[in-house]
Amino acid sequence: MLDTLVLSRMQFAANISFHILFPTITIALGWILFFFKLRYDQTSNPVWMRAYRFWVKVFALTFALGVVSGITMSFQFGTNWPGFMEKVGNIAGPLLGYEVLTAFFLEATFLGIMLFGIKRVPSRVHTFSALMVAIGTTLSAFWILALNSWMQTPTGYEIRDGVVHATDWMEVIFNPSFPYRLTHMLLASGLTAAFFVAGLSAYRILRGDKKQAPRLALKTGLVLAAILIPVQIFVGDLHGLNTFEHQPQKIAAMEGIWETEKGAPLLLFAVPDEKARTNHLEIALPKMASLILTHELDGEIKGLNEFENNHPPVKPLFFGFRIMVGVGMLMLLVAWTGCYQLYRHGELPDWLLKITVAMTFSGWVATLAGWYVTEVGRQPWLVTGVLKTAEAVTPVASANVGFSLVLYLVVYTILLWAYIHTLKVMALKSVEVEEFETAEPAADGSLTNLPQSHSAPQSAHGGNP
Amino acid sequence: MIDNAIMATDWLPVIFIGLMGLAVLAYAVLDGYDLGVGILLPMSKQDERQRDTMIASIGPFWDANETWLVLAIGLLLIAFPSAHSLVLMNLYIPTAIMLVGLIMRGVAFDFRAKAAVAHKLAWDRTFKAGSLLTSLTQGYMLGQYVMGFDAGWEAQLFSGLSAIGVTAAYSYIGAAWLIMKTEGSLQSRAIRWTRRAGRAAFIGVVAVSAVNPLVNPGVFDRWFTFPLVMFVLLIPMLCFFAFAANEVLLRRLPKVDDRHCWIPFVNVLLVFILCFTGLAFSFYPDIVPGKLTIWQAASAPESLRFILVGAIIVVPVILAYTAFSYRVFHGKATELHYH
Ligand code: HDD
Ligand code: HEM
Ligand code: HEM
Repeated sequence: MLDTLVLSRMQFAANISFHILFPTITIALGWILFFFKLRYDQTSNPVWMRAYRFWVKVFALTFALGVVSGITMSFQFGTNWPGFMEKVGNIAGPLLGYEVLTAFFLEATFLGIMLFGIKRVPSRVHTFSALMVAIGTTLSAFWILALNSWMQTPTGYEIRDGVVHATDWMEVIFNPSFPYRLTHMLLASGLTAAFFVAGLSAYRILRGDKKQAPRLALKTGLVLAAILIPVQIFVGDLHGLNTFEHQPQKIAAMEGIWETEKGAPLLLFAVPDEKARTNHLEIALPKMASLILTHELDGEIKGLNEFENNHPPVKPLFFGFRIMVGVGMLMLLVAWTGCYQLYRHGELPDWLLKITVAMTFSGWVATLAGWYVTEVGRQPWLVTGVLKTAEAVTPVASANVGFSLVLYLVVYTILLWAYIHTLKVMALKSVEVEEFETAEPAADGSLTNLPQSHSAPQSAHGGNP
Repeated sequence: MIDNAIMATDWLPVIFIGLMGLAVLAYAVLDGYDLGVGILLPMSKQDERQRDTMIASIGPFWDANETWLVLAIGLLLIAFPSAHSLVLMNLYIPTAIMLVGLIMRGVAFDFRAKAAVAHKLAWDRTFKAGSLLTSLTQGYMLGQYVMGFDAGWEAQLFSGLSAIGVTAAYSYIGAAWLIMKTEGSLQSRAIRWTRRAGRAAFIGVVAVSAVNPLVNPGVFDRWFTFPLVMFVLLIPMLCFFAFAANEVLLRRLPKVDDRHCWIPFVNVLLVFILCFTGLAFSFYPDIVPGKLTIWQAASAPESLRFILVGAIIVVPVILAYTAFSYRVFHGKATELHYH
């Protein structure tokens, strides 16, 4: 029987991993939608409107999944990590509170107008609602990442009677790793959404969609990805340097450096062995790790030997990091090749469309890998140097946690399947259905968005023409 | 300076319990009506159009409504961290089930609109089941909370009663919402629903109010101490009048030109406010009945002050755009369209 701690960790990891899949899309997709709508307002070109109207439906679905899984998250702290709230509640509480006050209400309220209000408000107000939603999701990322970064690199606090108290809120929010983590995460969201949009559009084109809108969306996605990915690699490097300064044990685990070393090599591949405290099957570029992290060929990198019994497990960090960077390199390749093809031929050849489809969810892979590196890399600490994970766990019986974990896993599996399946259905439907092609939204659409609306004769019910 | 600090530790928790109370009340009313609409969803085949309209009537609002729950739980966490973990640990399993209910409800709403025709009915069922599950568990949790998380059978019985009572109350406010937001045959149906749910809710309220002072001696003393009793008994009396007024009015609805279609909702709103005030009066200043007062549970004043500044600035803005959104979608619900 697994104990409450292990089960709670599994449950937390499952919940947040499920949750982040949706925000990482909606944060940037909100901005993309705002862009589509703004372009339509400026040019009156109906193709922008069509692109908007397809993607806003995808957005609504993704957003709903993000909201419900997020609500689960906000209960987790109390149910599973009471020690966390009791020790650092004075910091975590207000940051989460600001997220609710400034972000959640904003996005939830304007989402209603954005989704259902287009005929009820002037176009400008509608565009403004789309902007508010985009700002809301981004603000939400701001606050939650402030908290998470504070947990990684806490500053601006003191401990009185065993409880953490804030001394300087500016230092709490703008803690040393926050600017890097926020930028890196927002770019990750941009990349995830860009490949998501490009991939689904490529799928529509491959399935014979002759319309302009998917081509426009494909282009938007690829160009956005091509711009963001080099920036992401650059920012990722800065992020690594920052981590090297504040959490050297994390970097040592990511790079698989067991002994402190001058002129450390960059391991492209290896199999870390935690027992023997060494690596097998190394493929390495000599001196490169030192060069990247210290900007000197012979710079010194602290090894795991300096953090005996106080460093995170090595394997997940080592591989997680390589998965993230590997996906990043693939993204670079695909996005640039795609843009080059668009530039030369105005469209993508079939093989590249297929690759783009295969990359639809690549952002998810890199984002999850990155977060696992970050979060596992903080272990055994929950708040670095302040609170250990094991000290924060709930005294609830392990059977209860087991029950809830199984419950969540079942629900999440079904939902993930339904989500991807529904995306496919929507993409396929949009290939055939004319409804998406009208310049003006139909005055009498139905909630179902099926081609037959309720104002059509009753006999039209059922069946998809 | 020191006086100042002592003052702050005195009144800050009071402000925050007030804010939290408002958030909980707002949640119960707002998510109450949309959960109620979900519970009332008629499931037979020829009801599809009515289902669409019913769901359309809550479409633009449910997400923001649910956010009040996040705010309430957030405020509990911000202002009273130890109460937050005490409550949630004790309600571990019901919380998990409620969350699953909320998940089912929230996603079904969107999936039903996008799924292929064949699956729409299945998502509608999920919507109804999720709404029901959420209401029942919330009622159960309320009962457990009032009973101080007692596991004995009396407490379980009381919590079961409370589960049914809350579900009836949500159906009541949901049905009244539909009277206001719909017309024609659906409205007539909603009027019937309101009457039935109103009676059920009435029995629930009476039962809970009768049992609560019996099992919680402190509550009894508080309510039945002279001379306060003269004043506080106003609460149940007003509550009774609201129920009765609705009963009379509902017989006469719908009226010509749909006059007074909004009054049942206002009456139910009154019932909610009064019941909530009654509960609050029973337990204040305990945040966990019989276990923890708001001052014992309060977090550090500097944290409370930091968030209070923000709340004072932001909450009016939230209220303003919420009002704007209700104005945009005022009037009868028409079928919704994702744009
Ligand atoms: C970097 C982004 C990010 C991260 C790391 C998290 N969230 Fe999140 N969350 C969002 C970004 C987001 C978002 C973009 O704002 C959401 C997703 C759905 C949506 O599209 O809004 C959201 C929704 C959302 C909601 C529902 C809001 C509503 O009612 O509208 C809650 C309660 C939470 N989240 C809570 C959490 C908690 C407690 C987290 C961590 C432990 C967390 N989120 C991690
Ligand atoms: C959004 C992407 C995130 C992912 C994928 C993620 C993933 C994880 C994983 C895998 C763990 C378990 C590590 C381990 O136990 O070895 C963990 C732990 C934890 N994370 Fe995150 N995390 C994310 C964001 C956040 C944020 C934003 C917060 C809070 C503000 C947070 C708070 C925590 C806490 C409290 C734990 C402790 C529980 C535990 O160790 O399992 N996480 N996270
Ligand atoms: C290709 C070059 C990249 C480099 C050098 C890089 C570097 C890093 C580093 C060092 C961390 C860990 C920071 C810490 O825990 O302190 C990290 C985390 C992360 N990475 Fe990357 N990354 C790269 C690409 C990507 C890509 C392409 C994505 C997603 C599309 C991504 C998403 C993330 C996420 C979500 C995290 C966790 C959150 C955070 O700490 O910012 N990364 N990255």
